[in-house]
Amino acid sequence: MIYLELFLAYLKIGFFGFGGGYAMLSLIYNEIVVQHAWLTASEFSDIVAISQITPGPIAINSATYVGYMVAGVWGSVLSTIAVCMPSISIMMLVSVFYLRLKDNDILKRIIAFMKPVVVSMILSAVLLLMFPSEESSDFENTWSWLIFSSVLYGLHKKQNPILLLIYAALAGIVIYYCPALMASLG
Amino acid sequence: MIWKLFLVFLKIGLFTFGGGYAMIPIIESEVVERHSWIEKELFYDLLTLAQAAPGPISLNTAVFVGYRMCGWKGAVASLLGVILPSFLIVLVIAIFFSSVRNNSVVDAALRGMRPAVVALMVAPVLGFTKGMKWSLIAVVVVTIMLFFLHFSPVYILLLSAVAGAAFALIKRKEDKK
Repeated sequence: MIYLELFLAYLKIGFFGFGGGYAMLSLIYNEIVVQHAWLTASEFSDIVAISQITPGPIAINSATYVGYMVAGVWGSVLSTIAVCMPSISIMMLVSVFYLRLKDNDILKRIIAFMKPVVVSMILSAVLLLMFPSEESSDFENTWSWLIFSSVLYGLHKKQNPILLLIYAALAGIVIYYCPALMASLG
Repeated sequence: MIWKLFLVFLKIGLFTFGGGYAMIPIIESEVVERHSWIEKELFYDLLTLAQAAPGPISLNTAVFVGYRMCGWKGAVASLLGVILPSFLIVLVIAIFFSSVRNNSVVDAALRGMRPAVVALMVAPVLGFTKGMKWSLIAVVVVTIMLFFLHFSPVYILLLSAVAGAAFALIKRKEDKK
């Protein structure tokens, strides 16, 4: 039964997907391409591309996309629900527990000890995007560094991050699309 | 209130490009600064927990904020808000994939957004490390372990949780003496 298999596969991905984002990629790859052969490796790289052009975590993006490819619209609904279920149940427990015990000295100390690790996880994701081992980088030229530092400055000045993202998209169109358009117009 | 939670997280979900970390400043500006649903110190505790629990950090944060404001109904409303935009957009793309990917305007906009996303990820690092002293050494060591030596973050998180608990217990005993 394909629906049940999809549901279980994404339940597993949701449950073991620690660290979010790119950390989950190999887990998803293993389930979808290696275990179930629902997609080929090159179709899988399409998911990564799609995740980059769509909002939302890659786990959810891949659930929606693979679900649709394997079993149509209902497949995509089902896998998306499955991938969220561990998150919502575990996080609900964590919330109840935390809100009751937030002044407990042991819990405080545990969180304080985990904080630097979380910072490092974010930092290593940043490093991965700045200096990837493979061919393409998010920082292709000086313009990229200019956009990066302007957005960082904007955030420091408490500008709205959503607006900053929109400005960056517009800057991308001006820098990369307009010259090509002008050239094609002669 | 539930409706408002849904709408705010819908907005957050719509602009969460590049995965979880990049949306931290967006959530912070909506949830902490604009609506004051959560205090700033609590927000960084919450991020730590959201990172330690399985699942994408944006879902976990949505569930926590929703739960804190309106119980389980709030949690469900925020969760729906945060996943709905990506669900609908990906579904549409899955149906018409090739034409979107090869569109040169979309491609140019993305090339502009990618470095911006990295900047959005750097911002919470600065927020977290504000006020840290000795922990900064831990940050450097763990970053080297993760990025250069490819340690699994799950074990390091677990280990640091255990170390934190042990430290607190020792401190308790000392205080009793």
